[in-house]
Amino acid sequence: MAGAVSALFLLDIKGRVLVWRDYRGDVSALQAERFFTKLLDKEGDAEVHSPVVYDDAGVTYMFIQHNNVFLLTAARQNCNAASILLFLHRVVDVFKHYFEELEEESLRDNFVVVYELLDEMMDFGYPQYTEAKILSEFIKTDAYRMEVSQRPPMAVTNAVSWRSEGIRYKKNEVFLDVVESVNILVNSNGQIVRSDVVGALKMRTYLSGMPECKLGLNDRVLLEAQGRATKGKAIDLDDIKFHQCVRLARFENDRTISFIPPDGSFDLMTYRLSTQVKPLIWVEAQIEKHSRSRIELMVKARSQFKERSTATNVEIEVPVPSDATNPNIRTSMGSAAYAPERDAMVWKVKSFPGGKEYMCRAEFSLPSITAEEGAPEKKAPIRVKFEIPYFTVSGIQVRYLKIIEKSGYQALPWVRYITMAGEYELRLI
Amino acid sequence: MSGHDSKYFSTTKKGEIPELKEELNSQYKDKRKDAVKKVIAAMTVGKDVSSLFTDVVNCMQTENLELKKLVYLYLINYAKSQPDLAILAVNTFVKDSQDPNPLIRALAVRTMGCIRVDKITEYLCDPLQRCLKDDDPYVRKTAAICVAKLYDINAELVEDRGFLEALKDLISDNNPMVVANAVAALAEIQDSSVRPIFEITSHTLSKLLTALNECTEWGQVFILDSLSRYKAADAREAENIVERVTPRLQHANCAVVLSAVKIILLQMELITSTDVVRNLCKKMAPPLVTLLSAEPEIQYVALRNINLIVQKRPTILAHEIKVFFCKYNDPIYVKMEKLEIMIKLASDRNIDQVLLEFKEYATEVDVDFVRKAVRAIGRCAIKLERAAERCISVLLELIKIKVNYVVQEAIIVIKDIFRRYPNTYESIIATLCESLDTLDEPEAKASMIWIIGEYAERIDNADELLESFLETFPEEPALVQLQLLTATVKLFLKKPTEGPQQMIQAVLNNATVETDNPDLRDRAYIYWRLLSTDPEAAKDVVLAEKPVISDDSNQLDSSLLDELLANISTLSSVYHKPPESFVSRVKAAPRADDEEFADTAETGYSESPSQGVDGASPSSSVGTSSNVPVKQPATASPPAPAAMPDLLGDLMGMDNAIVPVDEPATPSGPPLPVLLPSTTGQGLQISAQLTRRDGQIYYDISFENGTQGVLDGFMIQFNKNSFGLAAGEALQVPPLQPGASTRTLLLMVPFQNISPGAPTSLLQVAVKNNQQPVWYFNDKIPLHVFFGEDGKMERAGFLEGWKSLPDDHEFTKEFPSSVISSIDATVERLAASNVFFIAKRKNANLDVLYLSAKMPRGIPFLIEITAAVGVPGVKCAVKTPNKEMVPVFFEAMEALTK
Repeated sequence: MAGAVSALFLLDIKGRVLVWRDYRGDVSALQAERFFTKLLDKEGDAEVHSPVVYDDAGVTYMFIQHNNVFLLTAARQNCNAASILLFLHRVVDVFKHYFEELEEESLRDNFVVVYELLDEMMDFGYPQYTEAKILSEFIKTDAYRMEVSQRPPMAVTNAVSWRSEGIRYKKNEVFLDVVESVNILVNSNGQIVRSDVVGALKMRTYLSGMPECKLGLNDRVLLEAQGRATKGKAIDLDDIKFHQCVRLARFENDRTISFIPPDGSFDLMTYRLSTQVKPLIWVEAQIEKHSRSRIELMVKARSQFKERSTATNVEIEVPVPSDATNPNIRTSMGSAAYAPERDAMVWKVKSFPGGKEYMCRAEFSLPSITAEEGAPEKKAPIRVKFEIPYFTVSGIQVRYLKIIEKSGYQALPWVRYITMAGEYELRLI
Repeated sequence: MSGHDSKYFSTTKKGEIPELKEELNSQYKDKRKDAVKKVIAAMTVGKDVSSLFTDVVNCMQTENLELKKLVYLYLINYAKSQPDLAILAVNTFVKDSQDPNPLIRALAVRTMGCIRVDKITEYLCDPLQRCLKDDDPYVRKTAAICVAKLYDINAELVEDRGFLEALKDLISDNNPMVVANAVAALAEIQDSSVRPIFEITSHTLSKLLTALNECTEWGQVFILDSLSRYKAADAREAENIVERVTPRLQHANCAVVLSAVKIILLQMELITSTDVVRNLCKKMAPPLVTLLSAEPEIQYVALRNINLIVQKRPTILAHEIKVFFCKYNDPIYVKMEKLEIMIKLASDRNIDQVLLEFKEYATEVDVDFVRKAVRAIGRCAIKLERAAERCISVLLELIKIKVNYVVQEAIIVIKDIFRRYPNTYESIIATLCESLDTLDEPEAKASMIWIIGEYAERIDNADELLESFLETFPEEPALVQLQLLTATVKLFLKKPTEGPQQMIQAVLNNATVETDNPDLRDRAYIYWRLLSTDPEAAKDVVLAEKPVISDDSNQLDSSLLDELLANISTLSSVYHKPPESFVSRVKAAPRADDEEFADTAETGYSESPSQGVDGASPSSSVGTSSNVPVKQPATASPPAPAAMPDLLGDLMGMDNAIVPVDEPATPSGPPLPVLLPSTTGQGLQISAQLTRRDGQIYYDISFENGTQGVLDGFMIQFNKNSFGLAAGEALQVPPLQPGASTRTLLLMVPFQNISPGAPTSLLQVAVKNNQQPVWYFNDKIPLHVFFGEDGKMERAGFLEGWKSLPDDHEFTKEFPSSVISSIDATVERLAASNVFFIAKRKNANLDVLYLSAKMPRGIPFLIEITAAVGVPGVKCAVKTPNKEMVPVFFEAMEALTK
């Protein structure tokens, strides 16, 4: 059941090894490089291939891509695939924390630290430690500051592995952003096929010491358990996922969200709501294709939320044939332009108040000759982006955030709410 | 915080190595550090800088942590190519492992474990012992993993030095991270050992569950994965475990969630209360759904696992099919997996919506995805009888779009639908026939031809349609030819008119005289004969009713499914294959350096024998035999035990030949070695010997009553031994009259109560009866009683096995008193003990035999025996992944070759 990877490779976009760390001495870099470049050649595009590949010589390769870098592990054992792939994503996060961006150049520029980090994050092929903030306390990029910390921070092995002791702030503050993304899929007949809301409580903490925090939400289960008359709206959250700082056993017991937060920004929790929501922005498009001459689009967008809210940065992307030319576009609000690189017309409305309807008409020319029996056109959906500040679909509310630290300081939480479009797709006929 | 290390990659064109050498020996610290960085940069881009070994190691003694790490990194890479020089580093390692700074202590012990050089390994033991008991948890957690490293290099050493016990102690450590790493190390060691090393008791269980709450996310995964091998005693304990694990479903780390799901599913098997089970299913659904919001790579792993979970417990996600609908931007590998799950979750209730989705996908651009979507519609039709008609109408709509590959795929699935629902949907055949000319893929063609043949009586122009295919008969692929042949025969039987008659002549001629394909020819001849002798019989055969096909979307059989579920989240669950099908325990690949720096082979690192049986003797290389004295344990050469009769090998062979296999309980044959002489046994004499018959191990035992009275109530007991041999049944001995004797076969079962430590052949036996005191005597376990009947290897397998095992797994031993008088007799005798002959060759006056044997649990022995016929002295070499068995193995071989 146990399983560890044999080596971790950082490869360039063509699959050549930039840096690699051999953990178990039973795979060769040459073999891995040969295998992976062949895979890339064959597929042309790594996206096509599943991230877990077996090479017939008893080695399993797992990889992810970030910018122009592939992160690849080779394993000879039955290792935990979910854990390893997630670990690779965390490695990306750590590198990003260190070098701002992870790309071929930054790896070359910092190869010494890269080796150090690879040594610390994984041992004998087992993931060990990936808290970037704590790692940077004892592994520094700047060689001249090396003398500063000569011990592993307590946090590395502590039960509280995400926060170091002795943090000091003059002003103790917490910022809490409640961000909800609406995912929706509407069929070509106007029927909502799928809709859900994924919410996240994003925290930025600037707190001294080891603060003990307790968060209260208008969670129906909790409120009912406490027998409280629900004044406002109580909500049902389908599935809640917590940052590792939250005491899960405690939550399981009495639904209390208690934790010692990491320093800086992190996602305290994410949740999902699968109750069907009315699409906040409804888009209808009529497309008339006069083959071999022109195509006419008429797009209607309607905001279906209360008038006191306003959606900002609305962007509606309507696909058009890839061979369309000569756009002629008019809008009743905002501006629209042809974006040939996306094979789409993009209509932007800066501010879109609730209960309004706007229109956009466009006409494109089509070439008079077409391929005899070409492959079917890629049928992209209409895609919509927007943000609605001070509003959540779920109605989630932060009732309180108590912060208790033994030095007894006062810290005020700042809470903001925002809803935005996630995967918001409306299929065309 | 960006660095500027890239400057170290720039090279001066000539004399790079000497220049670096000079800089490494510079008196200035900074210059030395820069030089080491340049060396590491060169190493990174794959240049061979191993010649700088001494110079780099000289920089090791430094206060500068960064520099130290770089030197250590260099050592990990090159120590193996410079084993003799690597010893230079040992002192610093040992010193560093006692440094006041825990970072350095841990670094030293972590790095030493990565240097896979035997000589260094020995020096690792003392520092490791210290570090396992270090005050700092950071050092302990590193040391815990280091035990696994050491075990991988030298398992014997780990056991001898008591590291396993130390590791087990760490499970009770007060630091959760140490516990987690100890668990990971123990689990790995357990995987490579046949003996039970890491067994989770209810006591360790509670420790692990406690640590689970506090360790890092990765540690939680180790602990959960190791818990998956724990079998709860009863439903109550199972419920308890589940209760402790369930909160993990709320963890943000998907791997933690999946591993928790694994534990819950496993324990659910034991839980009897349907309410609890239903409740757990309800609890697991939302976290599983949320996994689909993770990164696409994780989604892929999750989907492969969900595929298994819905096969076992379809109810969990029965209402969640919508979350598996494909998003436009999903990577294709995610879409494919989602489709598979949609088919599994499709039901009469949701089929309309699912069909709409499939139809949508069937008009996308990715050809493979489109094909799969079309096939999915067909599979749903076969699975859901009531929805079949709707599925077919969607397929017909798709055919009308006239996209070539959609049409072909649709025809393939419609053929299956016809098989599933015969005589129901033939009305659509006309529509299908319209697309006849566009078919160019063999499978689609074959399907269409099958449909024409099967329904020839309803298609007016069936003969014309088939005829159009016949023109190109010789060029068609085999699949189409076979189908054409059968379809024409069907047509002829259904419409025995002139046209079909001519066609059948032409086809049979084509398929017999003109073809090289034996399948086609044979089938054609069978039809031909059938038709010419008895057309009615031909009808019965060719037009017989076909068995109805069924849905294959739940294809995994339940035992495999259970095994895969126990491996949730691992590669096994991604591949849908049991771990042993893709994991090789042995290390097969050569070290990277060996390959990359093959041109510097003067370093003396030649790989294990490449020729094997036909070429040079696998054990003849000087390099390998020099290993032997070091590895050979002191116990390996005891004098042959007196109790072992010289005839042993022969006896075994004869026993096998004489004793009827179905009556193992009535033993006969040659006398057994006396283990308890009557002088010691106050008149009772016991002779016994372990033997193998019909794949079972028996204790062949005889009692001789030399006392004055009747002896009865015989019982027997075996002490704990290295192979866990124990009686598999009660000893059946009738009351023994004075002067009488009896002999019986007692079934033995291995691997029951295994005594720890290196295996020995000692078997301690106690026998009692109602009249006398308890008698104790010692016997020997001949290892070959464990050798399986399936131990015969093919030459290729042997060669492959020999090559894949590292050299330090090879051992040789001389049996000075053994003589081989005839090769054939020896081979026969060995075969009787399941040591199988593979090949032999002559080497001057010596004969070299290659043989194989196999222990239970798949431990192979690859054997090479060298001897001169008639001359005393036999040399035996063996390679096996399980080194600790070697001494016992030689004991058995010596007995067998006597």
